[in-house]
Amino acid sequence: MNEKKIIKIYLYTRFERFWHWLQALMIIALIITGLEVHGTYSLLGFQRAVNIHNFIGLSWLVLFAFFVFWLFTTGEWRQYIPTTKKLFAVMMYYARGIFQGKPHPVEKSPGAKHNPLQRLTYLGLSALLLPLQMVTGLLYYTWNSWAWMNIPLAPVALLHTLLAFMLVSFLLVHVYMTTTGHSLFSHISGMITGWEEIYDTTRVEEWELPGKRK
Amino acid sequence: MARMIIPRVLLPLLAAAFLSLASPPFFTGAASDPRDDEAPGRKLAKQAVKRDKRWSTTDHTTHEALKKPFMSGEEVTQACLSCHSEAAEQFHQTIHWTWLASGSKDDITYGKAGYSVNNFCISANAMEDKACLKCHTGWNGVEEGINCLKCHGMEKFNYSEAFTDIQAFVRDDDPETLKIMAEIQKEVSSAVGKIGLPGRSNCGECHFKGGGGDGVKHGDLDTSLMKPNKALDVHMGIDGENFTCTRCHTTTNHNIAGRIYTNPAVEKTQSLLEDDLAPKITCVSCHSDAPHTNDSKMNDHTDEVSCQACHIPEYARVNPTKMSWDWSRAGDLKDGKPYNVTGDLGKDIYQSIKGEMVWDKNVVPEYFWSNGTQTSATAKDVIDPATVVKVSHPVGDGSDPDSRIYPFKIHRGRQPYDKVHKTLLTPLLSGDKGYWTTFDWNEAISLGNASLNLPFSGEFDFVETTYAFPITHMVAPKTQALACIKCHTRDTGRLANLTGFYMPGRDRVRLVDSLGWLIVLGSLGGVGLHGLGRFFTRNGRRDSNE
Repeated sequence: MNEKKIIKIYLYTRFERFWHWLQALMIIALIITGLEVHGTYSLLGFQRAVNIHNFIGLSWLVLFAFFVFWLFTTGEWRQYIPTTKKLFAVMMYYARGIFQGKPHPVEKSPGAKHNPLQRLTYLGLSALLLPLQMVTGLLYYTWNSWAWMNIPLAPVALLHTLLAFMLVSFLLVHVYMTTTGHSLFSHISGMITGWEEIYDTTRVEEWELPGKRK
Repeated sequence: MARMIIPRVLLPLLAAAFLSLASPPFFTGAASDPRDDEAPGRKLAKQAVKRDKRWSTTDHTTHEALKKPFMSGEEVTQACLSCHSEAAEQFHQTIHWTWLASGSKDDITYGKAGYSVNNFCISANAMEDKACLKCHTGWNGVEEGINCLKCHGMEKFNYSEAFTDIQAFVRDDDPETLKIMAEIQKEVSSAVGKIGLPGRSNCGECHFKGGGGDGVKHGDLDTSLMKPNKALDVHMGIDGENFTCTRCHTTTNHNIAGRIYTNPAVEKTQSLLEDDLAPKITCVSCHSDAPHTNDSKMNDHTDEVSCQACHIPEYARVNPTKMSWDWSRAGDLKDGKPYNVTGDLGKDIYQSIKGEMVWDKNVVPEYFWSNGTQTSATAKDVIDPATVVKVSHPVGDGSDPDSRIYPFKIHRGRQPYDKVHKTLLTPLLSGDKGYWTTFDWNEAISLGNASLNLPFSGEFDFVETTYAFPITHMVAPKTQALACIKCHTRDTGRLANLTGFYMPGRDRVRLVDSLGWLIVLGSLGGVGLHGLGRFFTRNGRRDSNE
């Protein structure tokens, strides 16, 4: 098994990587400033934290529109279509196989960036968690404009806070999962350079290829 | 290697992202940012007060009517009215004359001349307490008609002394005395000729010294506003805009804009852009309701927070103001004589005639929701002596769109109440039979309540009371405005006592926070254990080299 040859394939385009890291930066900055606005600690000063948080939040909204546009024009959205195929196998791999040196049941390949578990996670993230966070954030930001509807700020703020905690949780697990590649940093370097390490023997299953999906 | 080259493409992008975070929009808090001057509210207000000098079409010193030798104050007033024919009619309708909040003389509920009480000298006893009358706008109290010069006399002149002398001398046949009288009359005429719009000393003579002395009542109104610098009051500062009182307290038919008892200063807060004839009494009048720079979150506050709340961080910044007054301690005598004790701030902290007082400087206001009206207790109201009685208190609610959070001075008192009737009592203080002479509470209260035709059971005790003054003067320069963190902080903020709304930085739901941290710590623990598992199983790799 260890004799397998590792090759590199170009998996992540320049835009994707740019988007990924910019979003990472923005989310981290939003979490840091957001927790300060929440009153958890004092770091930059409340006013500066609010200003930065609002600026990044609104920028993120604009950039997210570009991301969605890119997603649909390139057809990359298909990478996020959920599947249950091998989902259990992937879960079992992370629960057991990984400790036993077993191979990942769904290796990365040019047509399939995400394994079934990633598909589900990233779909939930991109289609649910992030948009919801943006919507609650925008409602929070524009609260004065719809105050006449007499909807209290509290539920919006609380939902925004809870979702932020979930994003922190995602961030922690996500960063940890990058260490599960062929080497500790191979996934991270893949997302930096665009070149991901895979075994040259990896065969892409028919069902994984977006273009050939039935 | 590709791995080394491509990050170089990415790095500038990341650097650009970082730089954008450090760009000016985030540092609007910095005082030196020149863009602050572009605040629309400043621009508007500067336009509203662009005309730098008031101009007049008359010189009163040349008026024949004012050159005659006056025998009494009333004669001066008649001279004024010989030209200003409607002035008396107008002025008699105003609270400055009636001392009643209502325009109708039949409604004497609120006002110094009515049943209103406070926790200073308590009541004017239907004008029976003559000490109060020195601030009334008439000659000799109310006896001899309006004293126009109280507000329009530009020269500080002791008219009452002058006319007392004139009245005494006129009965004398001695030509020498009559000559002196003529001299005095010349001085009177000279002073009477100096007529103008009310200046600070005219208004301040009463309003800076309300309650019997400098800074006793308001906290944001005292003699320090006679010649303030910009740091004390950006509007009145003589090194700044140099506003007189009437710059904002505009007048219609001698009615001067301002809050009186339960009546708000204005029914509707609007800028001069919305109504150019509206009184200029509110901040919004000149500064609009979006005064800060366009990208500023501060503008989103103006529907909930008054300008004063942030822009008057402390009041009584130069002269001390009285914070509490305990009447129950009054009456202590040394060798049968009343005495005073002066405190650190140079003010009396004890007076036998008044009791114990606390003075303070640089006071942090208390904050309440206010729609501009206030409750105002009268001597007829039934109180609950088991509680702290709110003699005056702001009316407002967070859910009311017309309410804002305003700063207040709360003056705390202990004053007499009727144990049987459960009403606040109105002792007569000045005069031969007043408490200040007799030190006899029972007699003073009997006389005082009788003056208002109110019963007194004969049984009294002292009750704790509060009196609220809206803080609206002494607006500090913008660099001194309150920092966000003063309110947006967990437990110790200035608005800690105001509930019923969610304020970022202050409020949270413990359940949500606990759940959130549980998720985060759970994730951290999970990946930690997973990682340890991988470390100890060495990712399951059997050492195949062996």
